[in-house]
Amino acid sequence: MSEQFKPNIVAFLCNWCTYAGADLAGTSRMQYPANVHIIRVMCTGRINPLFVVNAFQQGADGVIISGCHPGDCHYMEGNFYARRRFTMLREMLEYVGVEPERFHMSWVSASEGAKWKDVVEEAVESAQKVGPFDQFRRNKINW
Amino acid sequence: MNNKPKIGVYVCHCGINISKTVDVEAVTEFASHLPYVEVARNYSYMCSDPGQLLIKEDIKNQGLNRIVVASCSPRMHELTFRKALAEVGLNPYYLEMANLREHCSWVHQDREEATIKAKKLVAAAAAKARLLEPLVENEVDVEPATLIIGGGIAGIQAALDIASAGFKVYMVEKTPSVGGKMSQLDKTFPTLDCSACILTPKMVDVASHPNIELMTYSQVEEVSGYVGNFEVKVRKKARYVDVNKCTGCGLCAEECRLHNRIPSEFDMGMGKRSAIYIPFPQAVPAKYTIDPERCLFLTRGKCGKGPKCIDACLPGAINFEQEDEIVEFKVGSVIVATGYDLFDPSRKPEYGYNDYPNVLTAMELERLVSASGPTGGEILLGRGKGEEPYIPKEIAFIQCVGSRDASCGNEYCSRVCCMYTAKLAHLMTEKIPDANVRVYYMDVRAFGKGFEEFYDRVRREGVHYIRGNPSEVFKRGDKLVVKAEDTLTATPLEDEVDMVVLAVGLEPRKDAREIMDLLRLSQSGDRFFLEAHPKLAPVDTATDGVYLAGCAQGPKDIPDTVAQAKGAASSALILLSSGKVKVQAQISSVDESTCRGCGFCVEICPYGAVDLVTVNRMGHQVQVARVNEAVCKGCGACVAGCLSGSIQQRSFKDEQILPQIAVLGGMR
Repeated sequence: MSEQFKPNIVAFLCNWCTYAGADLAGTSRMQYPANVHIIRVMCTGRINPLFVVNAFQQGADGVIISGCHPGDCHYMEGNFYARRRFTMLREMLEYVGVEPERFHMSWVSASEGAKWKDVVEEAVESAQKVGPFDQFRRNKINW
Repeated sequence: MNNKPKIGVYVCHCGINISKTVDVEAVTEFASHLPYVEVARNYSYMCSDPGQLLIKEDIKNQGLNRIVVASCSPRMHELTFRKALAEVGLNPYYLEMANLREHCSWVHQDREEATIKAKKLVAAAAAKARLLEPLVENEVDVEPATLIIGGGIAGIQAALDIASAGFKVYMVEKTPSVGGKMSQLDKTFPTLDCSACILTPKMVDVASHPNIELMTYSQVEEVSGYVGNFEVKVRKKARYVDVNKCTGCGLCAEECRLHNRIPSEFDMGMGKRSAIYIPFPQAVPAKYTIDPERCLFLTRGKCGKGPKCIDACLPGAINFEQEDEIVEFKVGSVIVATGYDLFDPSRKPEYGYNDYPNVLTAMELERLVSASGPTGGEILLGRGKGEEPYIPKEIAFIQCVGSRDASCGNEYCSRVCCMYTAKLAHLMTEKIPDANVRVYYMDVRAFGKGFEEFYDRVRREGVHYIRGNPSEVFKRGDKLVVKAEDTLTATPLEDEVDMVVLAVGLEPRKDAREIMDLLRLSQSGDRFFLEAHPKLAPVDTATDGVYLAGCAQGPKDIPDTVAQAKGAASSALILLSSGKVKVQAQISSVDESTCRGCGFCVEICPYGAVDLVTVNRMGHQVQVARVNEAVCKGCGACVAGCLSGSIQQRSFKDEQILPQIAVLGGMR
């Protein structure tokens, strides 16, 4: 099962760094697993921690948050807020039974297409280790 | 109700870029069954005229009011499609894009998996599109002025162009004179123009142009505000000389107790200056500056019986009481022309730059060659004590020092070293007719106009090119030995020479970080400033209204630098001459009926765009948050911090993002 299991991962990326970095990964034709789905926000500071919880409730097996490197935020401080919020959230998620392997936070700049590929591969691999996540799941859609 | 969502989904083939890995027909068919979708089509190039026409016709004929374009990155074509919507009278913010190219077809190979992912991305976009709202783009006036940071050839050219078009320019230069690195060069390749002869007239123009306010020996301390309305704070460092009184006569420098005792930065430490100095004879402005780190009076509080410069200065310009001055002004745009640093060859210790005085950098040789240099243009070496200076006869150049070299972190080619080496090699044969000159190279990159011809000429003049990267330079007797391998003949060499010249590469400035922090710029992988798009927006940055010129963006020769400076000037002028700029529409707004006035958002906002105001709510005076729309940049940090969800970012509301999560999270 774990060989075949393809975790469903939702990624929240800031427009200026990681979204652009993911674009660069595309332009450079880097290949990474197809089970990562990107939601674009303007800044990681916009990402409400409840989005992450909601993603797990909707059935995601893993979540990635990624934005500009600390100090490089397009909006000066947004990623500092994100860093604080998600450091706390990670512990809370663990407390309620979400393995830390499911939640990834990283900093990928607009020029780091290769790093984005690494982040995705790591997220997929570690989510594969802990398997499907159904505890929070609200409903199941059969595709 | 009239505003019932009617979504049109348009799937792009992008030639075969998308359709090769994604089954666009299947995605279209899938999209046509999504809620509220009225029309779903696919087309070879959605961004082309006929592609856009398809959307426009459907909006007109079928009354579509939400559009999903599933094509490339929104960073690429969002504006294109927004414009298309607006052209047929639909609010441009009724557009949502699904990124099927950069985030799907280009990064996956399995057609089945890629098609499933494409379906999900389209479904998520449609789910968000349904809930989009029309937004209004407000316009603000543009302050008709530009700040130019850096007074090298890039800054000078941009300043002259903008000022000549009739707009105000504030030029801020860190050193006491404009001119930059170009002013240190003797000749320029491949035409062998005298660098000073072509540069100094421009330097003078900058200083005398009525529209240019030149601030030398100054630094930008703070830039706030936004495109069209930047507020700038500049520190004019104390020169301890009243520039209005100084005539540039130079008597003070001759009287200075440290006369000819301080290494001159301009002459790469080979010439000497005084504590009160102008960097070089043609400096603009030709006003003296006292070096606060060297001047005896400023460092020790004592200079003999009193500073002799004061007595020497007839107009009485010297003023040791002078203090730094802070100047504030407003500009509409900013051009960053901060240039580069030369690679420090002591980071390649195998070449012995720190050990042997006759190992020089190319810039040092440039100063030796220059008629205004420390030797008056003679190539004289031998700086040892009591040593008779000598003219080197055997000369070796080593290329790619600090370029194309991952071991020192610079994988890029510095683009100028091959040609300046050829130029200096030519000058050596000209100045020392019996010299034997050889160049150790990896590859010769003579790509520009007239470059290859020049390289050929230099070889015909007898300069010997040896393909091989030397491993070491060491001393044997009174000679230097260059140890290398001629890789074309696989012959190991130990070449005895009198002088070694290191063709050092170009690096990002050490103080680049300060500029990045000031203007929110990013770096590319080579650590130079990152442009908005490597091909189509090479002078723009991610910060609207801030443009790049010259080597701050990457190594360049002088023609390319001038061309880019003109490009940056033109971009800045578009902004200034239109006089208006649209501000971000996707900004935050507050639902005042539910806001409880806790003020979290006020504290969170990095721009101070949110304030608490008192309103009347059913007879009660209550505090609520209110967003200053001109100041809000639309980051959304306040939204994630709001306890009641009253503050929301337009186009990125919770209710618009949650359906995306539901779609993408819910499909396995």
